[in-house]
Amino acid sequence: MEPTVTISARHVVKAFGQGSSSIRALDDVSVDIRRGEFFTLLGPSGCGKTTLLRLIAGFEAPTAGEILLDGADITRLPPNRRPVNTVFQSYALFPHLTVAENIGFGLRMQRRPAAEVKATTERMLALVKLDTLAGRRTSQLSGGQQQRVALARALAPAPKVLLLDEPLSALDLKLRKEMQIELKRLQMETGITFIFVTHDQEEALTMSDRIGVMSNGQLQQVGTPREIYTTPMNRFVAGFIGETNFLAGTAGPGAVVLQGGARVVAEHDRTGAVTLAIRPEQVRIVPAGEDGAIPARVRDLVYFGTTRIII
Amino acid sequence: MARAADAARRASDQRGWLLSLPALILLFLAASGPLIVVLIYSFLSPGQYGNVVWNFSLDGWRGILFSRDIFDDTLVLADAHLTIFWRSVWLSVMTTVITFAIGFPTAWFIATRPPAQRAMWLFLITIPFWTNLLIRTFAINEVIRNEGLLNSLLIWTGITERPIQIVYTDTAVLIGMAYVYLPLMVLPLFAAIDRFDLRLLEAGYDLYASRGQVLRRIILPIVKPGIVAGSILVFVPSLGAYVTPRVLGGGKNMMIGNFIELQFTQGRNWPLGAALSMMLLLIVMGALLIYVRAANRGTDPHG
Ligand SMILES: Nc1ncnc2c1ncn2[C@@H]1O[C@H](COP(=O)(O)OP(=O)(O)OP(=O)(O)O)[C@@H](O)[C@H]1O
Ligand SMILES: [Mg+2]
Repeated sequence: MEPTVTISARHVVKAFGQGSSSIRALDDVSVDIRRGEFFTLLGPSGCGKTTLLRLIAGFEAPTAGEILLDGADITRLPPNRRPVNTVFQSYALFPHLTVAENIGFGLRMQRRPAAEVKATTERMLALVKLDTLAGRRTSQLSGGQQQRVALARALAPAPKVLLLDEPLSALDLKLRKEMQIELKRLQMETGITFIFVTHDQEEALTMSDRIGVMSNGQLQQVGTPREIYTTPMNRFVAGFIGETNFLAGTAGPGAVVLQGGARVVAEHDRTGAVTLAIRPEQVRIVPAGEDGAIPARVRDLVYFGTTRIII
Repeated sequence: MARAADAARRASDQRGWLLSLPALILLFLAASGPLIVVLIYSFLSPGQYGNVVWNFSLDGWRGILFSRDIFDDTLVLADAHLTIFWRSVWLSVMTTVITFAIGFPTAWFIATRPPAQRAMWLFLITIPFWTNLLIRTFAINEVIRNEGLLNSLLIWTGITERPIQIVYTDTAVLIGMAYVYLPLMVLPLFAAIDRFDLRLLEAGYDLYASRGQVLRRIILPIVKPGIVAGSILVFVPSLGAYVTPRVLGGGKNMMIGNFIELQFTQGRNWPLGAALSMMLLLIVMGALLIYVRAANRGTDPHG
């Protein structure tokens, strides 16, 4: 069965400001996000990730282009009429409500019956393991707990799509790893489409079904983590994801001749000057003069826990 | 060693307390002294030319609600007094409501300006405080009186043929008090809204709340401390207002403040005036208690 599309952005442009001083935060972005997938938007700061999420949530309207949800145009729909919920980076929990009231807020606004609100709230509390804190004020919670409340609050109305804008960036490393696993578990248990924003490439590679790499308001490449990692479409993607060595050379039949004269065997369809990207883990250290070897010098050794990085 | 330091600190704490004792005594006397005098006066008998005679009597307190019939000396309910009390409370509640209705959007507007502009707006709000209350009240009189600005404008534009009687009505008192006390509502509201995290609005809209629901379920509960403070700051002085009802209400639309003054001047009934003052104090304290109780119900004791 063909995976169906939930959110579809079509030639979306978003410009801030007027005239010559305007910034194109999004420059003709088109992407199809499939139902039930964990989709990650990855890119450096200021590339437009948040802007794209805000357009999908309905907090901003695009300058041009349209956004579809299950095939219906939602470009002009206000946020309270979109079955899309957001987990905010700042959490934005309601300080005057308890944990349970926060989680039930969306359901109450949808005027669901009280019994349903109660049942769903309890289910959500269990899902994010906060059963014991239901009556607490959100100001009395730790960062990780607040994070869970924000998640449960956004999941409770069972949205079609959940948007998460760098939800883990405020957590320390250990908690972050835990929440990564937790998030993945929640996504699989609920089957809700997640659109997740991060600028941490490791996070993106480990959690996502597919990744969209952004830069300067444009989507550079969309693909599975493996595709993005092994066959980056351009130099930006290759450089942004993982460690990469760039070597300048000239393309020849079946190989690339580097500037130093060394010849690297590679399958390609280019001619002329090219840049060769080599992942460090694909480099093997061999005695000088062996067939296919590139002469190199070990300059330094860095101890890195279980692995060693040779520079 | 720690114990010695502890003891030393305790000793110095005690000395600090002793040092502030004279100031505390002074404060206590200044705050409660006049009150005690008023309380005592309310239980004495009126002198013939004002003042009091040292003669215990409950007539002052009785006079709040009853007046003695001049013919058969029986006590009858004093309707005129009740009307004055009722008008005072009603006008004060209305003043609070009106200043809130105008003050909330104003405070919201200021709090959402860029920080550099806020100081200027707040400054503009406080400008009326720089002028004497009496002068401001006469200025309002100038605007709303029959030959005043407003009526001239209405007649000139042909909206009415005859001037509308505003001055010397309850409406005039209301306009005057709302104008005078508006800053007292705006400032605490601004302080509360300024602390309000605007990102919560987006969270509300995101969770299917309409604009009205965002206002009722998120904004108002969170800025409630500001609403309570503003309402108290407006309601309490409104209830005791003197200048505004005097100038804009004329002689007959009295409020409690004017009624009290009357007892100390033409009325020559100081005990009644003192009893009325104490009653005003009790009403205010009772109202505050009820209001703060109601406002605190269901809100965060830590927030
Ligand atoms: N409200 C706004 N007004 C003007 N410019 C804006 C506005 N919001 C975003 N921008 C600009 O749009 C561009 C993209 O911003 P965006 O917040 O989407 O980046 P981002 O990818 O989320 O970055 P980060 O990783 O730092 O969160 C930036 O250049 C930013 O300055
Ligand atoms: Mg961002």
